[in-house]
Amino acid sequence: MRIFSSKNLQLLTRPLNLENPVTVQILGICSALAVTVKLKPAIVMGISVIVVTAFSSLVISLIRNFIPPRIRIIVQLLVVATMVILVDQFLRAFVYDVSKQLSVYVGLIITNCIIMGRLEAFAMGNKPWPSFLDGIGNGAGYAIILIIVGFIRELFGSGTLLGIHVIPKIAYDAGYVNNGLMIMPTMALVLVGVIIWIQRSFSKSLIEKE
Amino acid sequence: MQEIFNIFIRSIFIDNMIFAFFLGMCSYLAVSKTVKTSMGLGIAVIFVQIITVPVNYLLLEYMMKPGALSWLGENFREVDLSFLSFMVYIATIAAMVQLVEMFVEKFSPALYNSLGIFLPLIAVNCAILGGSLFMEQREYQNIGEVLSWGLGSGVGWALAIVLLAAIRERLKYHNIPAPLRGMGIAFIVTGLMGLAFMSFLGIKI
Repeated sequence: MRIFSSKNLQLLTRPLNLENPVTVQILGICSALAVTVKLKPAIVMGISVIVVTAFSSLVISLIRNFIPPRIRIIVQLLVVATMVILVDQFLRAFVYDVSKQLSVYVGLIITNCIIMGRLEAFAMGNKPWPSFLDGIGNGAGYAIILIIVGFIRELFGSGTLLGIHVIPKIAYDAGYVNNGLMIMPTMALVLVGVIIWIQRSFSKSLIEKE
Repeated sequence: MQEIFNIFIRSIFIDNMIFAFFLGMCSYLAVSKTVKTSMGLGIAVIFVQIITVPVNYLLLEYMMKPGALSWLGENFREVDLSFLSFMVYIATIAAMVQLVEMFVEKFSPALYNSLGIFLPLIAVNCAILGGSLFMEQREYQNIGEVLSWGLGSGVGWALAIVLLAAIRERLKYHNIPAPLRGMGIAFIVTGLMGLAFMSFLGIKI
């Protein structure tokens, strides 16, 4: 038995483009935009969400037959909250400065619609291993958008990448200035809008009907 | 008193939930198709916000802070439960949303019908959990300030969603490039609205 049957592989790859949680399903926008001023917090946030999505999908899928349907939302929230507490304590212990930058947005992973959406739509009705892969795939789809937005905002907003200066000093001497607007929260929204525009011009099937 | 008023105005215009922190974006983008439904959701959010934020404040103050349990006796003076705050907040919110739903159904069936599916969905709206987390982070001094933050952040969110819905109703009559229709243009409009709201930044009260 192979680990990745073609069906399982699709669970991993489809969320990266055609079923991207951020640009196609419009889930989990809240935190996607707020942490992308710099590349490093965006990467850390992306990894945290992959971990939380994958493991809460796994746990919920393992206990899916024992959860009474009436209280399933509370059970799901508690499982997710437990995972988030673990991630939060881990970040505080090992990368304290990033954890300070992310501030309340680590806690807000609990209400990230991607996680609840995947638990409700996939993990409640599928076996543990596919659910785990589905969690990783959707987390990665989210992380990719975060990293693209974080890359553009840090490069043009402060001229650095991961804190290292990449725009040469000659450019500044010749009159180049950092675009202060990129650091403002509003530019994140416009950038995601533009990413959606580009993606939909390539994949025509995603265009919304009236 | 002045401080309370100050927090109220700041939380609506300057620290606006949508434009400054992107909280509650999912339902903000999904529900803002018509002004009527977005008004209903806005009112529901204000309602839940002014209940959950003070309740979570009291729980934090008398149960979870380091030393908060000292009213139980000497042995509990050292207990620090603040690492549990995420779980306690989300449990309070889920329970409160359920309570509010039953309350509204019983006493105002008309409002209940107009809110429909949105009431239960508020439990996973990041603006609500965000309100409680910011309450903890900013260390408000007393229950009056907490109440005014809860009310102000709810009103700010409602204002933003009603404004966007009004703009999107008008956008229907415009010729937008096909790949940008729907969500794409909604993002860009929100960005421009955020720019407009940034003009409030300099206000000192």
